[in-house]
Amino acid sequence: MGLMGRAPTALRLWRWALLCLMTALAVPALAQGVQPVPALTARVMDQTGTLAAGDVAALEAQLQAFEQRRGTQIVVLVVRSTAPEDIADYTQRLGDAWKIGRRDVGDGLLFVVALDDRRLRIAPAKTLEGAIPDVMAKRIIDQVVTPAFRRGDIAGGIRGGLEHLQARIEGEALPLPEARSDRPSPGGGIDWFEIGLLFLFAVPLISAVLRGVLGNRLGALASGGVSGFLVWTLSGLLWLAIMAGLVGLFMSLFAQQLPVQSGGRRGGGHWGGGSSGSWGGGGGGWSSGGGEFSSGGGGDFGGGGASGDW
Amino acid sequence: MTRTFLRPFTWLATLWLALLLSGCGYNDFQRLDEQTKSSWAEVLNQYQRRADLIPNIVATVKGEANFEQETLTKVIEARAKATSIQVTPEMVADPAAMQKFQAAQGELGSALSRLMVVVEQYPNLKANQAFADLRVQLEGTENRITVARNRYIAAVQEYNVLARSFPTNLTAMVFGYQPKAGFTVADEAAVSAPPKVDFAK
Repeated sequence: MGLMGRAPTALRLWRWALLCLMTALAVPALAQGVQPVPALTARVMDQTGTLAAGDVAALEAQLQAFEQRRGTQIVVLVVRSTAPEDIADYTQRLGDAWKIGRRDVGDGLLFVVALDDRRLRIAPAKTLEGAIPDVMAKRIIDQVVTPAFRRGDIAGGIRGGLEHLQARIEGEALPLPEARSDRPSPGGGIDWFEIGLLFLFAVPLISAVLRGVLGNRLGALASGGVSGFLVWTLSGLLWLAIMAGLVGLFMSLFAQQLPVQSGGRRGGGHWGGGSSGSWGGGGGGWSSGGGEFSSGGGGDFGGGGASGDW
Repeated sequence: MTRTFLRPFTWLATLWLALLLSGCGYNDFQRLDEQTKSSWAEVLNQYQRRADLIPNIVATVKGEANFEQETLTKVIEARAKATSIQVTPEMVADPAAMQKFQAAQGELGSALSRLMVVVEQYPNLKANQAFADLRVQLEGTENRITVARNRYIAAVQEYNVLARSFPTNLTAMVFGYQPKAGFTVADEAAVSAPPKVDFAK
């Protein structure tokens, strides 16, 4: 009896486990009812092939220039249809997935056109809701974009709409992007904080060690050389390095007059390790290139904007 | 002697307790609790935005001669009812109060959408630019409400999963964290019933 009872229980358990597995596998299939969010590869993405290559390039250049000047990220997406969703829900999902807009500002804007649905939507991120209120987005759609769309001029409608939107954003007091050149200029990357740290802690320590090993005169000279070299690797500027070398030399010579022991004890090797670690990490910089586009990740889309049809 | 012996032990015990608490999701509970509260505040914020918009809509519609009064009265009444409910952040933990609040807001939403359908029969009103702007604002606000509600639902879901799944449910039990109430459809029976189409009228 007990054995008989066990077998069905085991079978039931097995079935249950199988059911669980099937449910787990079925979940991704359920989520496929709506249009997938395309990968963010460019500022202007046309999935329908309606826009001419020249138009796409021109719009892309228009948006890229605007981003470089004002920092605001705008993305245009042309799709066939957003069915079964409304274009507002679809755009919301795009905004949630892409989060376009500068990380610390959050100024992103989406311009979505669904050709077969004959619907379009302008969706500003929360930062831009003041610059482009819903009513203004609606007016731009009704008075600029849809008249061109009705004439069949999709590219012209998008261009005109973008120009008006950009004019609205220009009027908003958003922080401008930092003037940042494409190639790392030697003067721009000076980290004065690190150099200050170097002279406060590392140079006295090094000079104390070197003077202990090489004697006072030679040690001072060597520590001047070392500090010059360190500043050179940090900043890449020769004049700054020579100045730092002289400062290091004088600091070292001057330090002979002072009781060095206390400074040396305080440093104790710990500071040397800590700072050298930070020198290595200091080099990490901007990864944004000139041509390719990536989202700033700061845009928070709260459902603002307006939709229209033509 | 005992003090010098005890001191490192106390420190170790504190450290161990801190590690234990963060390991058992105590900090996650705090983070998600705040997240649900802030997203709930955003929901309230957007509902308030809608409530603030309604007097303007009503005033514009009233300007239209012989506008269907019944629809308008319903909107005004529903708004009064929805705004009379005292909303607090603690409401999140009270399913009954949430139910009441949602019912009132749902009623206001359906009264408003009925109004917008009725407006279609009044060409003057449709051509009125001020009313068109109000319509756009209402539409945007409804969108924002949807987004805020979705975010609140997601935050509550995350919190509830933490409160119910092992081993963090033990932490929830110790500190008395209850699963929070999410959003439900305002009137489930009405929504699931098929719409009645009547061409007789």
